[in-house]
Amino acid sequence: MNKDPLNRITPKKRTFQYGYAALILLLALSGFGQMPIFKRYYIADIPGLGWLAKFYVTHYLHYLGAVLLIGAAAYVLADFLLSRRKTLQLTPTGIVLSALLGGILLTGAFLVLRNLPGFWFPPGMIIVMDLSHLIGVMLFLMATLYGILFKKSWTIAVHTHMEKE
Amino acid sequence: MVPSISRRAFIKGGLAAAGTVAASGVPARAARLDERRQLATLLDISKCVGCEACVEACREVNEEKKPDPRKPFPKMYPPRVKVEDWSDKKDVSDRLTPYNWLFIQSAAVEIDGKEKTLTIPRRCMHCANPPCVKLCPWGAAQQLENGISRIDADICLGGSKCKAVCPWSIPQRQTGTGLYLDLLPSLAGNGVMYKCDRCYDRVADGELPACIEACPEGVQTIGPRPEIIKKAHQLAKETGGYIYGETENGGTNTIYVSPVPFETLNRQIEKGSGRPHLGSVAATMEQADKLVTAMLIAPFAGAIAAVGKYYKLFKSTKEEGAPNE
Repeated sequence: MNKDPLNRITPKKRTFQYGYAALILLLALSGFGQMPIFKRYYIADIPGLGWLAKFYVTHYLHYLGAVLLIGAAAYVLADFLLSRRKTLQLTPTGIVLSALLGGILLTGAFLVLRNLPGFWFPPGMIIVMDLSHLIGVMLFLMATLYGILFKKSWTIAVHTHMEKE
Repeated sequence: MVPSISRRAFIKGGLAAAGTVAASGVPARAARLDERRQLATLLDISKCVGCEACVEACREVNEEKKPDPRKPFPKMYPPRVKVEDWSDKKDVSDRLTPYNWLFIQSAAVEIDGKEKTLTIPRRCMHCANPPCVKLCPWGAAQQLENGISRIDADICLGGSKCKAVCPWSIPQRQTGTGLYLDLLPSLAGNGVMYKCDRCYDRVADGELPACIEACPEGVQTIGPRPEIIKKAHQLAKETGGYIYGETENGGTNTIYVSPVPFETLNRQIEKGSGRPHLGSVAATMEQADKLVTAMLIAPFAGAIAAVGKYYKLFKSTKEEGAPNE
């Protein structure tokens, strides 16, 4: 059990972690659902997953997930800047994940803007953004998996870090 | 343990948080699509005689853009992925195919007590906010600045999503051609999607789309969208006609004017695969676009929640420290 009060997993923290995991799962599924793969590979045939083959449903759910992710990211970032800057610092894994998440949010925001009526961007730019968003997500998921497998968290308590050094 | 927070730290932190919100909440200024630059076409159905000169001209002018599939087709997995091959049926002209981007639909109707057959040229509607373009996962379906939507055959993988999201199911697939053959032909992709590109290359050179140029009856008129809409309303007013395409799917760049209601035409035309309907269509992209407001509010809501939590902490720290001050 982690005795460090800053790293201790409280029930509130645990709920946030589960909520975050569920949100990433929703975004990943609805995001990959933008490609016509789930029907082809029978995944949409699994009871309860039929929605993965409905493009307007996955598109709507991806937007809904984005709303929650943007809100959560703003909360975590503001909370970090306000009260945790001196006690916590980003680990190398946290830096990579934050940078990737930032890139995903930015390219996602561009694509949302592109989808609005009356907005136009050069086709080449759209291809770059589409691919950057997809590649960013794949790298983010790989980095997340690495973090889970090797127990690397986003942040580390400053004094713990110093003690380790 | 409650970390202590000074007033200075509170203000400093607050400013940092405000900066975060400002940075995340400000959308980039994007190019607004000028409606006046969008080219729309007006089709006066009462003028069409169904001679198919437009169909022939379209086929001839766009011959080079048509698929030339490599056979035998790669074996695709899983087996539910079906081959769509029109290369042996290139002459089919009574529906949309990868080789036929425009066809004539007919409807037997009654006008002023007399039976008449109306003929309607059908092709891509070139939506103002085209879901085929907006939802294409690779950007292979593209909208040009003049409102024309086209599919880049060099990068389309033939997933057919554009057809699935098109309210009229316009794009048609040809297996055995395109980029997928150089990637994972058995596992991903299935050819290329084809549809009317309104002769974008001719338009870029200042020429008319082939179907408009070839029409002996002057059925179609092309021009900036606001002007075409105005003309359509004028024509409908003069003839007591009906308009289709102005508001369908949030607005298209193909405006039909008919002497009979489109509900009647829609009942009478043959519909099905490659034969689009003439029914009403709600704006398909609108549902998700409504969430954009929530996306703009979300960073402020998140930051305000954090500031609220921080303020509560600040207040309790201050109260705890009050007797010592």
